[in-house]
Amino acid sequence: MKKYLAYALLLTLLLVAPLLFYPVLLMKVLCFALFASAFNLILGYGGLLSFGHAAFFGGAAYVTGHAIKVWGLPTELGILTGTAAAMVLGLLVGVLAIRRQGIYFAMITLALAQMVYFVFIRSGFTGGENGLQGIPRGTFLGLVDLSNDRAMYYFVLGVCLLGFGVIARAVHSPFGQVLRAIRDNEPRATSLGYNIDRYKLLAFVISATIAGLAGATKSVVFQLASLTDAHWHMSGEVVLMTLLGGLGTIFGPAVGASLIVTLQNTLSSGPLGAWVTVIMGLIFIICVLAFRKGIVGELQAALRKSFN
Amino acid sequence: MKFLKNFMVGVSVLALSAGAAQAEISDGVVKIGVLTDMSGTYSDVAGPGTVTAAEMAIEDFGGTVAGAPIEVVSADHQNKADVAANKAREWGDTQQVDAFAELVTTSVAMAVFEVAKQQNKIALVSGAASSPLTNDACIPSGLHWTYNTRALAVGTGSAIVKEGGDSWYFLTADYAFGESLQRDVTAVVEAGGGKVLGASKHPFPASDFSSFVLQAQASGAKIIGLANAGGDTINAIKAANEFGIVSAGQKIAGLLVFLSDVHALGLETAQGLLMTASFYWDLNDETRAWSQRFYERTGKMPTGVQAGVYSSVTHYLKAIEATGTDDTDTVVAKMREMPVDDFFAQNGVLRSDGRMVHDMYLAEVKSPEESTGPWDYLKIVRVIPGEEAYGPLSESTCPTK
Repeated sequence: MKKYLAYALLLTLLLVAPLLFYPVLLMKVLCFALFASAFNLILGYGGLLSFGHAAFFGGAAYVTGHAIKVWGLPTELGILTGTAAAMVLGLLVGVLAIRRQGIYFAMITLALAQMVYFVFIRSGFTGGENGLQGIPRGTFLGLVDLSNDRAMYYFVLGVCLLGFGVIARAVHSPFGQVLRAIRDNEPRATSLGYNIDRYKLLAFVISATIAGLAGATKSVVFQLASLTDAHWHMSGEVVLMTLLGGLGTIFGPAVGASLIVTLQNTLSSGPLGAWVTVIMGLIFIICVLAFRKGIVGELQAALRKSFN
Repeated sequence: MKFLKNFMVGVSVLALSAGAAQAEISDGVVKIGVLTDMSGTYSDVAGPGTVTAAEMAIEDFGGTVAGAPIEVVSADHQNKADVAANKAREWGDTQQVDAFAELVTTSVAMAVFEVAKQQNKIALVSGAASSPLTNDACIPSGLHWTYNTRALAVGTGSAIVKEGGDSWYFLTADYAFGESLQRDVTAVVEAGGGKVLGASKHPFPASDFSSFVLQAQASGAKIIGLANAGGDTINAIKAANEFGIVSAGQKIAGLLVFLSDVHALGLETAQGLLMTASFYWDLNDETRAWSQRFYERTGKMPTGVQAGVYSSVTHYLKAIEATGTDDTDTVVAKMREMPVDDFFAQNGVLRSDGRMVHDMYLAEVKSPEESTGPWDYLKIVRVIPGEEAYGPLSESTCPTK
């Protein structure tokens, strides 16, 4: 009962948030929260550190932008196209990468993501260095004009809640249980008769698809897709968000993402403008040294302790 | 019938509000938002120095325009288009910023153009280089001030051919930007009667240029053109210095080199380099006086991008003073009407495609012996007339020109 009350409170907060904060920033926070949550599915629950998630995020952004701007697809279909592209890319990368573990897995995903990045920088449809600009926001189902920031916010909120729903469902299902078993002890999961490669691949593809959904939505919000989205810095940033918020917790990555995005935004126009990257680095060091479970992870641990 | 009535009401309301906007400064303050790269690759070329330049422009204007105070806000866009778009949108929506200034990196400038178009604000571009900003990607209120790739490529190419450098070899960054730069220069070199002997494509970004430089050396071309930017240019110049390219008689032409790059490289390494500059501090008394003031504040001599921000902001404020309003369309029209005349540009013309046309300078980096003091880096070889550097308006593919 208490749990539902908390969810209802959270939902109300999300619904009234655009009245209190600047909607475009909130949309950015939501997109990155979804991206980090998708990443957390594979790292926190699957134990696989992917260093190439920017390829799915950025790839979906480009495909969505191209589909809406050049092919003239409606916004929803454009986002779906981008997400589908991320899914296919995720399948291709996943099939190759899950054959290895640990650092080798990370390196394979990084290498493949760099190849994708190279394709983006060279091919004409992405606009190369200049990025794909001026993507129209369009309308939702031909009814609601999305160029209004409030309307766009509720659209993004809907998309993101859908994404969070899929992740939460996956984590709390038997599938999620098996995934955790594989993370904790792979040989044992194999001996219990699970085809671990298939589980890992499915988790990877779901994660890539939802990362793509986040990238696709972001490209519509900002009306642009650029190399920033596909650069390996983005893959690093999402690791930071997930670790800061709390690895393997449902809300952790979202908290981490909101913190990082808000900090980046506030610091950039203050007197500390030139120090944004240094501050991010410091936060990462402090997080790794002092609270390894992340913000939400530490809170949960503290709560559990106080009940014992 | 009802539609027509509504339509007429709408038109008259619009006309009234336009009339009201004519005569006043919106929100009682003129606010300029400087969006720049404070910490990354371009922080020396643009960066904090451009904020100083904007502040100097406002101080020199007396702090008020048409009776309203002038304010400046600044932010670091980290060379990310989405961060820039977010900040610009926020400034426009919640902080009543009237004009966005600086905007280094083309992806950033284009993203802010989109915001400026939707919010009907002015974008004063100084640091971004790409020519499309006043061609396919142009917007009516987007003004490109300091330079563009066409001026750098075509200006440098034709000026060097006229100075006798008629055989070329290119070191080209292997992506769209490098290729288009090489294409532009090749066209103008061949039109001027010169020859292009070949080109080496290098990966982007690259750190080891020795094999490419050796190929360029073996080609025997008089001029080695660097169709790349930033770190690649610096590394190529360093490699060329190690192989003694310049002392052996070949010349290097940097297509996208800034005074801050020369400062970082040092004269020993950079000497003999040909480059096109939009501005140099040691041109005349006016530029020396302004640059000295800038130097006292920042400890560095200004780059063209920084001086360009001062010039564009000043011109913008002059137009507001003259019209008594900060209404975008009125101010842009006035800015086009007035010639740009300050230490940065003499008789600069702001064209209808958004391009500010002014003279550029072909410069050669001095040798350590020629240099008489700190920051004495360049000697001007040739003044490139604005029309030649930027091309005629008829060449522009801007749809709203």
